[in-house]
Amino acid sequence: MQRLTEHPVLGPLGGQPISFEFDGIVYPAIEGDSVASALLACGIRTLRRSKQAGEPRGIYCGIGHCYECRVTVDGKSSVRACITPVADGMVVKPGPAPAEARP
Amino acid sequence: MTAFDVAIVGAGPAGLSAAIAAAEAGGRVAVVDENRVPGGRLLGQLHQESKDSWWIGQKVAAGLGERAAAAGVELFCGREVWGMHPGWFLALDGGDTISAPHVVLASGAAERAMPIPGWTLPGVMTVGAAQTLTNFYRVRPGQRIAVVGVDPLSLTVAHELKMAGADVVGIFLPPLSKLSGQGGHPGHNLGYLSGLASLAPNAFLRAAAGLVRNPVARKAAARLYPESGVPVLGVPLKLKQSITAIEGDERVRAVEVTDIDAQGRPKGRTRLLEVDCVCLSGGLYPVQELTGGCAAARIDELGGQVPLHSEEMETTLKNVFVAGNVTGIEGAKVAMAQGTVAGLAVAARLGLAEPARLRDAIASVDDVRRTSPITFLPNVGEGRRKAGELWAAAGTHQQAEAQAWA
Repeated sequence: MQRLTEHPVLGPLGGQPISFEFDGIVYPAIEGDSVASALLACGIRTLRRSKQAGEPRGIYCGIGHCYECRVTVDGKSSVRACITPVADGMVVKPGPAPAEARP
Repeated sequence: MTAFDVAIVGAGPAGLSAAIAAAEAGGRVAVVDENRVPGGRLLGQLHQESKDSWWIGQKVAAGLGERAAAAGVELFCGREVWGMHPGWFLALDGGDTISAPHVVLASGAAERAMPIPGWTLPGVMTVGAAQTLTNFYRVRPGQRIAVVGVDPLSLTVAHELKMAGADVVGIFLPPLSKLSGQGGHPGHNLGYLSGLASLAPNAFLRAAAGLVRNPVARKAAARLYPESGVPVLGVPLKLKQSITAIEGDERVRAVEVTDIDAQGRPKGRTRLLEVDCVCLSGGLYPVQELTGGCAAARIDELGGQVPLHSEEMETTLKNVFVAGNVTGIEGAKVAMAQGTVAGLAVAARLGLAEPARLRDAIASVDDVRRTSPITFLPNVGEGRRKAGELWAAAGTHQQAEAQAWA
């Protein structure tokens, strides 16, 4: 488990437990998590695959600048996991939505 | 379209401070930030300022956010600015527009890429990402972590990762290359660390700087520096080893460690060191995506390309102001002081702030800079002096503006 429930300076971690879905599996999260931080806490590092070579990609810059962490959230394509708060019941899929699935 | 007196891009320390200054004076203020959580780089910051006082960035961010809200600032968080048109009009995602006669660009900084082989593997991230994950989201980015690149941010984050219970196997140099420049050179790093001694924001940096206080010993130090590294508060500082590749199929499994000589040249010996996370630190640069119309200069002492600006933080574009790391890489306190100047300058234009208050705010930027506990770039004062000269040389406001649009 990579979650820091205790911290020597910041103290205990607050926040309500919630749950969300990623790639068809339900995962726990804490209110205030980003999609990326919640998945990392569950050991999930791969958020999408590159279009050409199919290589795995995950969190890189953490500030929404590099777009490496884009996922599909509740049907919305190309959402940056690192700056998107996770919500209870949210449905997240790896990578951008396939072109035929987009509105 | 929504109209305001001033539109501010960026809800970090500079943008929020500008918003507070303008709104508390009575201005109608909008702040746009692509992150749903305001605070910018403050969110991840955590360092000891004195024996019993910690700078906890997320608390500072929350305080600024509350004060801005109380002053009536309208926060557009989770929204992106894709363009800026004279007048001024900000084009947001989804087709919305914000209009305001004044703009403050506080777009902050991003981290330079360090594209060593394997850098796209999940588990490789910037030190800034690791910092926010650890201190704000409270998720350890890995159990066994290698940090690559020696600078105040990487040293601080290495210490924070250690505090959070991670096994930080070392702080290594990047491979010597045109891209890493002097960053791959052991002697340069020793000199650089020694320059941090008096500026070090925490015990970790002070300890690192103390290694190499004596400038005469530095050259010999680079030669004699042990390959196993020197432990600094429990984290080995490996100035004689560089990370030349990152290995793994689906995620990081190991780093390739190469022994280097005092000049940073590989000695031919490499080994694999198992890790599950690599934090890269290529250094910060000012983000200039929206300042394209402003006269600018490349000033390395400030971290790269920066817009020229007056003491009031106005650029060569009339009524377009800048504040924070977009003007050069410095700590959050300087960014806040600059933001206050920009916000008060706008308020003064609107007839809402006394000129004396603005003058005091301008004077306090240098005071904050002088007493700032963290300095990212060693010659920032020289950089500011150069920027000031270039601004003066740009002539009158109108001339510079005409040049900028030519």
